Amino acid sequence: MSEPLLASEDHPVAHPGYATFLKVWAALVVLTGVLVLMSRFGQSSAVWGLLLVTPVKAWLVFYFFMHLKYEGPLLKGVVLITLGTLLIFFALMFSDVAFR
Amino acid sequence: MSALDMAGMPSYLENTGPRKGLAAWLTSTDHKRVGILYLVSMLSFFLVGVGIGFMMRLVQLTPFANLITAKTYNALFTVHGVIMIFLFVVPGLPAAFGNFFLPILIGAKDVAFPRLNLASWYFYMSGAILAMLSLFTGPGAPDTGWTFYVPFSLHTGTNVSLAVFAAFVLGFSSMLTGINFITTIHRLRAPGMTWFRMPLFSWSIYATSWIQLLATPILAITLVLVILERVFGIGIFDPAKGGDPLLYQHLFWIYSHPAVYIMILPAMGIISEILPTFTRRPIFGYKAIAFSSLSIAGVGSLVWAHHMFTSGLSQFAIMLFSLLTMIVAVPSAIKVFNWVSTLYKGSIDFQPPLLFALTFIFLFCIGGLTGVMQGAVAIDIQVHDTYFVVGHFHYVMFGGTGMAFFAALLYWFPKMTGRMYSKKAIYAAWFPLFIGFNTLYFTMLVLGWMGMPRRYFHHLPRFNTGHDIATVGSWFLVLGILMLFGTLIHALFKGEKAEGNPWGGVTLEWTLPSPPIAENFLEIPTITTGPYHFPQEDQA
Repeated sequence: MSEPLLASEDHPVAHPGYATFLKVWAALVVLTGVLVLMSRFGQSSAVWGLLLVTPVKAWLVFYFFMHLKYEGPLLKGVVLITLGTLLIFFALMFSDVAFR
Repeated sequence: MSALDMAGMPSYLENTGPRKGLAAWLTSTDHKRVGILYLVSMLSFFLVGVGIGFMMRLVQLTPFANLITAKTYNALFTVHGVIMIFLFVVPGLPAAFGNFFLPILIGAKDVAFPRLNLASWYFYMSGAILAMLSLFTGPGAPDTGWTFYVPFSLHTGTNVSLAVFAAFVLGFSSMLTGINFITTIHRLRAPGMTWFRMPLFSWSIYATSWIQLLATPILAITLVLVILERVFGIGIFDPAKGGDPLLYQHLFWIYSHPAVYIMILPAMGIISEILPTFTRRPIFGYKAIAFSSLSIAGVGSLVWAHHMFTSGLSQFAIMLFSLLTMIVAVPSAIKVFNWVSTLYKGSIDFQPPLLFALTFIFLFCIGGLTGVMQGAVAIDIQVHDTYFVVGHFHYVMFGGTGMAFFAALLYWFPKMTGRMYSKKAIYAAWFPLFIGFNTLYFTMLVLGWMGMPRRYFHHLPRFNTGHDIATVGSWFLVLGILMLFGTLIHALFKGEKAEGNPWGGVTLEWTLPSPPIAENFLEIPTITTGPYHFPQEDQA
């Protein structure tokens, strides 16, 4: 049988254990430390830190804390489309900011 | 099942619940009643907006106006914009006619979330009341224009925070309506009502709802940032604190340009309903029209910075956004070509809704083409912030959405109220309305081309003739609007009883009695043909 598109009562979601949550939390703390560290090397470094590290942090939260990992392909697809749309908006705004 | 089977059953206008009178209306979750609540409230706000516009034109009758103060004039154009944009054209067609007809058109008994639907109206009214309060409370009516541009909106002493908060609350109404309609279309279509059997109004509402859902939160958070900046001075838009004033313009237009499509897409959907009915033939290019709605919604979300060509935007961005802007013209033109092709060799029945639908096509073409002109950077820089922009905008929003709103009102009035209006009176109202409209707004295009800046309290004497012509045009326009509304109000109380299907339409609402029963259908219909299947096609 193929994978259900959405988690439901018939297809209950799996739950990560406390060990996984703790590991993800530790990773988030480390990444926050990296962000703080990068901000000490000037504004440019801080901005690049935000742009590169924050999405990784958001991904960890989405994937484990918000259970995206255990969802069907439909919900994952919707999240990807949303992120793709956001990326297009970012790119268009950078066409202004980066070339001013 | 037909209208005859439902004859004698109480209509949605008759109270059958425990509450009576106004309380029954204010607590009803029936999508039709919620639609009527929206319709009545937004038409009231529309008339206020018309009154303010009329007053602004009177001010411009002489070069050195002394009818009101300059500060009051600033407040008038701000409030005119806020009322017309946020209280009339953005919610207008989806909230009023979408609410009333979307479930009926797809064969459903109600929207997916009826209580949320009523809550949306309460959000709308709360936002409207806050907007009105901002005029009469605090340090004075906001004077920023409806765009609330920083840095002026951060530093002006007027009541901007409350007006911005009002727009924030109105945004919730828009988002909740959007999510309700998307869910309704996905989940509540009647058996056999496949995507390509949906009437085109439903398609346009679907595309609009996605914009409402995805773009409105951006405006909401931007407006919150303005309030935070005004109250706490957080500095996100203030260059002195590392902020960027152009960031506000980007964020504002990321919502507000797609909002133009929230306004115009349902209007296009209405036209696509009216044309087949009054030409007695299926719409030409059904799929092209349906997909052009989606592509307008998609591409239209990527063109916002064409409002910022003179703001100091990078040259690269200007080139990119100019190009993207031109691309939106393609799906818009597809629609116009398909509408005109639908008319070709049709059995045209020239009734009032068709008259207003054709008026829409004519005026929208002028609005659209002047829009393409401004998409070209060289012209845009020349006419930026002039009356040309004001004229263009009114051709699209009033000539487009406004006329489609009137067309929808005339098309569905018998269905919604069970009464028929005097067609002769409507034709008589159309003349001053059409002539006044063009006298007012085409003159604005010319004035702008000559260099008359928008939002100026005084004007140079060389612009006086143009302003006088435009002002006289506004008198005719207002006369036409009053005649139109007067005719409909008269019909509401004294009009003849309307038949179930006075226009010979073939979409589902015309299978119901006028006005429809509370639950729309006795049993959910099963759909076997496309939405514009006329009986004579089978004979042919």
